[in-house]
Amino acid sequence: MKFRLQTWLVVVPLFFLGIFYFYPLISIFFLSFMPEGAFDVTKLYKLVSTSYYVGVLWFTIWQAAVSTLLTVIVALPGAYIFARYDFKGKALLQNLATIPFVLPTVVTAAAFHALLGPRGLVNTILMHLFQLETPMIHMDQTVWFFLMAHVFYNYTVILRIVGGFWSRLPENLTESARMLGASDIKAFVTITLPLLKPAILAASLLVFVFCFTSFGVVLILGGPRYATVEVEIYRQALHLFNLPMASALALIQIGFTFGLIAVYTRLEKKVAVSLTLSGSQSVNQKIQTPKERFFVVSNITGMAVLLGAPLMALLLQSVLTEEGPSLVYYAGLLENKTGSILYVAPITAIANSLGYALGATLIALILGWFSAAFLVSSKEKWALVLDPVFMLPLSTSAITLGFGFVIALDEPPLNLRSSMFLPAIAHAMVAFPFVIRSILPAWRSIPQNLRDAAALLGASPLQIWARIDWPILRRALMVGAVFAFAISMGEFGATVFVVRPQTPTMPLAIFRYLNHPGSLNYGQAMAMSCLLMITTALGFLFLQKIKPRYGGF
Amino acid sequence: MRIRRILLVCLLFFMSVDVAGAKKKTPFVTLMTHDSFAVSQTLLDSFQEQYGAEIKILKSGDAGAALTQAILSRKNPLADVFFGVDSTFMSRALSSGVFEPYESPFLRDITDSLKLDPSNRLLPVDYGDVCLNYDKSWFLRKGLAPPRGLADLILPAYKGLTVVQNPATSSPGLAFLITTVRKYGEAGYLDFWKKFRVNDVYVTAGWSEAYYGKFTRAKGGTRPIVVSYASSPAAEVYYSEKKLVDTPTAGVLSAGSAFRQIEFVGIIANTAKKDLARKLVDFMLSPAFQKEIPLHMWVFPANPETPLPDVFFKYAQKAEAPTILLPEAIENGREKWIEAWTDVVLR
Repeated sequence: MKFRLQTWLVVVPLFFLGIFYFYPLISIFFLSFMPEGAFDVTKLYKLVSTSYYVGVLWFTIWQAAVSTLLTVIVALPGAYIFARYDFKGKALLQNLATIPFVLPTVVTAAAFHALLGPRGLVNTILMHLFQLETPMIHMDQTVWFFLMAHVFYNYTVILRIVGGFWSRLPENLTESARMLGASDIKAFVTITLPLLKPAILAASLLVFVFCFTSFGVVLILGGPRYATVEVEIYRQALHLFNLPMASALALIQIGFTFGLIAVYTRLEKKVAVSLTLSGSQSVNQKIQTPKERFFVVSNITGMAVLLGAPLMALLLQSVLTEEGPSLVYYAGLLENKTGSILYVAPITAIANSLGYALGATLIALILGWFSAAFLVSSKEKWALVLDPVFMLPLSTSAITLGFGFVIALDEPPLNLRSSMFLPAIAHAMVAFPFVIRSILPAWRSIPQNLRDAAALLGASPLQIWARIDWPILRRALMVGAVFAFAISMGEFGATVFVVRPQTPTMPLAIFRYLNHPGSLNYGQAMAMSCLLMITTALGFLFLQKIKPRYGGF
Repeated sequence: MRIRRILLVCLLFFMSVDVAGAKKKTPFVTLMTHDSFAVSQTLLDSFQEQYGAEIKILKSGDAGAALTQAILSRKNPLADVFFGVDSTFMSRALSSGVFEPYESPFLRDITDSLKLDPSNRLLPVDYGDVCLNYDKSWFLRKGLAPPRGLADLILPAYKGLTVVQNPATSSPGLAFLITTVRKYGEAGYLDFWKKFRVNDVYVTAGWSEAYYGKFTRAKGGTRPIVVSYASSPAAEVYYSEKKLVDTPTAGVLSAGSAFRQIEFVGIIANTAKKDLARKLVDFMLSPAFQKEIPLHMWVFPANPETPLPDVFFKYAQKAEAPTILLPEAIENGREKWIEAWTDVVLR
């Protein structure tokens, strides 16, 4: 009986996906092929025929490729020392290095503003030092500004994937090469690099996908000069009110991300296979020679500067005012001043974010739970089909999803535009694949014979559930909940479209503040970013604490 | 246990939202507008005294973005009244059907030439001339003559001096682009912008970022020429801490280098508060509101009888022969101009 129920529960997530994923996507299709109700592909044709849109597409690919290349070059030495050496504080460092990756993109953008923007820390110091009246470093509106931000938050992807793979490569191959007279460089190029290739490829592809769909960072740091496909969808829809064109762009975006994710899934399997083949982790070396020490220390210093400086700058800028250190920017978050650019007091934006995040977490947990229940209990054939379907929202950009919501869900029978639940639902769509990925391995890890043994000893199904399944699943659910909560708190792309201006969220408030000059707006952007950063970082560190006990994702 | 605690927190949260909502029982009318909207609290209070309803102001980004949001959510209106549709976005606003007609009794006091919509769905509230502003003391210090018109901007001597707004995201930016189209013609305006780009023109997303961020009058600004309004110099005098006898900035007012921008208000169709919405529109055209426009939004009131404050009377300027283009002509060209401009200036 219980198994039947478990299987039927899948109706709920499927129903949800149908309404809040496929329906908006289908609306996008219709809008791009039939903008005025009749079949008309001129918008799509225009997309590929004019230099403007080809330029946008080309720039998106170009910046993603350059960001990926830079990230690999910058992070590879770090991956090496993490794979080969054993030193004090290594685990802590690895966890800290992951924080940029889990930060909301708006916070990343604010942090780079805080460090290198025209009013940023570096410029302020330089202006004081050299008695200048104008900023010395002009990073804003250059492509380097957001390329750096891309390296900043993708660093850990290379570090973890390549580093993890590297640490399992047998060291003796390289040593034999050296013994046979190959130089360090030659040994690296001819032996290590080819062996690392699948891991580097998989990690690079992942970074490429992240940068390809980059929105918040490019929008905020790139200025009007640069537009990825994501940013262009946003501009076409919200600034130029060219919905058919936005749909056509979204269509292209969907095609690209699906293709990239499909390739990645393949590559990932390959990496996983070779990982198991090469056996256990090789022994970590202690640092011995001064040369090694220098290499490790300089690397860690570089990492600390790249990953730590923007976050430190953010913290500092949130308390440094023109009159010296003070908490006025934080205090200002409580006031609702007339004429302010927000409709409500900033503190309300924080409350909104918390409210949406709680709602989104609840929805995502239920959907994730029901989906996982199905995947665990159903026949393998069905699981193979539905598992990728549940992962689909993951490979759709948030902008596309938000845009789809706006054009699909604003008329009967599904008129939800003014519903308070819409943002929570949008966030839940983004988050629930993560919940499945948190629960599923734990659920699958429960050995069936444990349940059978309990049944033999006379335990009722309820007792089995309460004593065996639940204790294991509880922790996994907690992980999923933290993920969903953090994703919802920082979600920006879909939120831009879905949230009504009366009920802004924290990322939206930060975005609005950053867009408006004036030291109070700037300071409040910094203060709110800090709050968001601390929330996310704490959530993540909490995950690190409870995760190892059951392993898996 | 823990789950129960989380549920409890959820419950409490939603209850607190309800309580907060229930406390405010004063009726209100929502005015959706762009970020540059500003009036005094006293004025807003006087509406409440008069009509017993509060005005809630919903700022939604730049004029273009705010209007798009209003159109996107027209089936579930975000507000009752929208202020800030300007002549450049007028056709889009009217064809989208987001506004409903209202013949306010105060319309008869408004200058006729400003009434561009015969159906009275959009009613003129104010106007100003979008033109180049320059920092007088900067040019004096450098011994360089201030720009006299658009043509000067592409001279080598003016390299790296100008900041403009992106016409795709800013209405003064679009107004300025249209000025160049008007001046150089469809065949020549892109050539002008090509040279302008070579001359290192800086582009910001919105007006405030340019004026308060990049203009030399702002802290840390480096560009002495900015696209703003002919009335902006008066604001510089008004807000300056020292007593000024002359404006620190000036507008370039020569023929063909400015664009007359008219701002309109309209009632959002299907609003549930039609009566209050009408009262708000009346209020915005009434002398009390019109009187506040100069010193708060730094443009000219649409009612010509409105007494102008001293500083405004003395220092706010109007352009000679500003560009006036009919909304239909703008509508037909806008998308094409913006795309071509983006290609030439930004990519």
